[in-house]
Amino acid sequence: MHLRTVLHRRFRTETGHEFVYVASSAAILGLDPLASSIVDAFAEPAGRDAEAWLADHPERADAETALHDLTDLGVIRPTDEAQAPRAQLPPMPFPISTLVLNVTNKCNLSCTYCYEYGDDRLTAGKGSEGTGKARMSDDTARQSIDFLLRNAGDRPQVSITFFGGETLLNFPAIRAAVLYAEERGAVHRKRVHYSLTTNATLLTDEVVDFLTTHRFGITVSIDGDASQQDRHRTFRGGSGSFATIAPRIQHLVAQNKAKKGRALGARVTLTAGAAPVRETYDFLTKELGFDEVGFAPVTAGLGRTYALGEQGYEKLLREFGELAEDYVAAAVSGQSHGFANLGDLLRELHQGINKAHPCGAGLGLLGVSTEGELGLCHRFVESKSHAVGDVTNGIDEGVRTAFLTKAHVDQKTDCTQCFARPLCAGGCYHEAHVRYGDATRANLHYCEWIRGFVDLGLSTYARILTQNPKFFARFESS
Amino acid sequence: MSSNANEVPAPHRPRARVFPANRKARQLAALVLAQRGSARALTQDPPPTQYPYGCTTIFAPGWEVDSSNGTHGLCQPIERDLYDCYHTCYWPAQVPDGVTNAPTWTQSCGAPMQDWKSIDLVFP
Repeated sequence: MHLRTVLHRRFRTETGHEFVYVASSAAILGLDPLASSIVDAFAEPAGRDAEAWLADHPERADAETALHDLTDLGVIRPTDEAQAPRAQLPPMPFPISTLVLNVTNKCNLSCTYCYEYGDDRLTAGKGSEGTGKARMSDDTARQSIDFLLRNAGDRPQVSITFFGGETLLNFPAIRAAVLYAEERGAVHRKRVHYSLTTNATLLTDEVVDFLTTHRFGITVSIDGDASQQDRHRTFRGGSGSFATIAPRIQHLVAQNKAKKGRALGARVTLTAGAAPVRETYDFLTKELGFDEVGFAPVTAGLGRTYALGEQGYEKLLREFGELAEDYVAAAVSGQSHGFANLGDLLRELHQGINKAHPCGAGLGLLGVSTEGELGLCHRFVESKSHAVGDVTNGIDEGVRTAFLTKAHVDQKTDCTQCFARPLCAGGCYHEAHVRYGDATRANLHYCEWIRGFVDLGLSTYARILTQNPKFFARFESS
Repeated sequence: MSSNANEVPAPHRPRARVFPANRKARQLAALVLAQRGSARALTQDPPPTQYPYGCTTIFAPGWEVDSSNGTHGLCQPIERDLYDCYHTCYWPAQVPDGVTNAPTWTQSCGAPMQDWKSIDLVFP
């Protein structure tokens, strides 16, 4: 029988432990030298004849057993095996678990790279003005909660994320939504989790008290120390925002710690010329007290000066590698580490996540505009071409299903031969829309970056696994 | 300790050359082991790689094709398959229950390969 090693990625530790990541199942298997040689021997596009290969093998019996195991585990399969049809979509209508409320489309900062108000905006209007209402009314916020609870199926827990613009410019709507959700969640017997992203300029004592009391998961958009923050994150007049936010963040950190709140996250937008990642990480965790830091390359159309560019991505990957060293050191000694990008990737690798869609947008997650229109996610609200209904009349299931069918990874022929497919699935819809004008296209401009980052994740996984396997117990259930 | 000639040797268990590392791999391996286990149960005390003759070595599912995607390796003739479902092995086929309701169903059939036609219908 002709057998062939399926789409996979090999990786190893410096101590000689061999592994394979199998793209069809997202399983990670450890291999002894014999099994390792078999995986390589059959990794030819045309495959090879198993009986003939075994006949010549000096350790025939052992090789046969190992080949049998590798075949059963889906690493090596018959070349003429028909691919099992993959379910295109889960049963629809898929229950909603997360609703992102854009409570305002105004902002008190004028960050030069912002996708919402800059050159890459999806909505009509000028400056920080959208086409819809500037602020979500308390009524719309409450209707959104009703919509979420109505469409959550039998999920025991739902999440509400507040977003903007600058979210805290409309604190009254946040308060109204939370108080209403507490009441209605109890009636529907669903736990409600809250999270919010803010630029930290409006974190007054009253706001901090409310957020920490309701155990918000808080993410602060911040690019680093004063020199980093003030490069792009400026007020309308051009002055930097660091001096304003630093004391407010310190107050938030202290309050959150006192109330044993959820992990406090910083989200850094990476642009050309940004400080090294490790430096920024250390500043944000050690100087400001954040628990986690996530880094995201700026979303930018072609030709934007702040975009990272190809060399920028290479540099970034090296810098991620440097910070990964710290992560490994912490993990080996049983400590957690707040490098959120890597932590999230390791969680997905450990669980063997195999995505049909790059994210939950349109599936378990929807965005709500200030006027109550539903979009695929917070980045698409008010974009008329990606509207999927409204909170009063519900989801336009036809539009939703059509989009998800087209956005399925199996429709992205560019992704067919990529080992990173189970984790990437083509990448961010909004990124693709900005780059190619089509949200369902694969983000080919950052394939190398994704593959490089997944490689970093795999080698990190192997290093931790061989030195402190118990570390991954934290990723078992969630 | 000296070896005893009467001792039954332990079944040969080759050491694992492939081991599951992440959670998904563990789930897969458990699935594979469960399937191997169900095939082993059809014969007595087999070594791990032995399968009863005629059975498919992979869960395809059932008896439709053998490990080479053909039908030659399957239980033959098909009549034997029917007879075997009655009392030598468990298979959820539509045959009479030989334990309580139709214990004498195959009494007239000494050699099923030849005289399976003597097995009559059962009217409950």
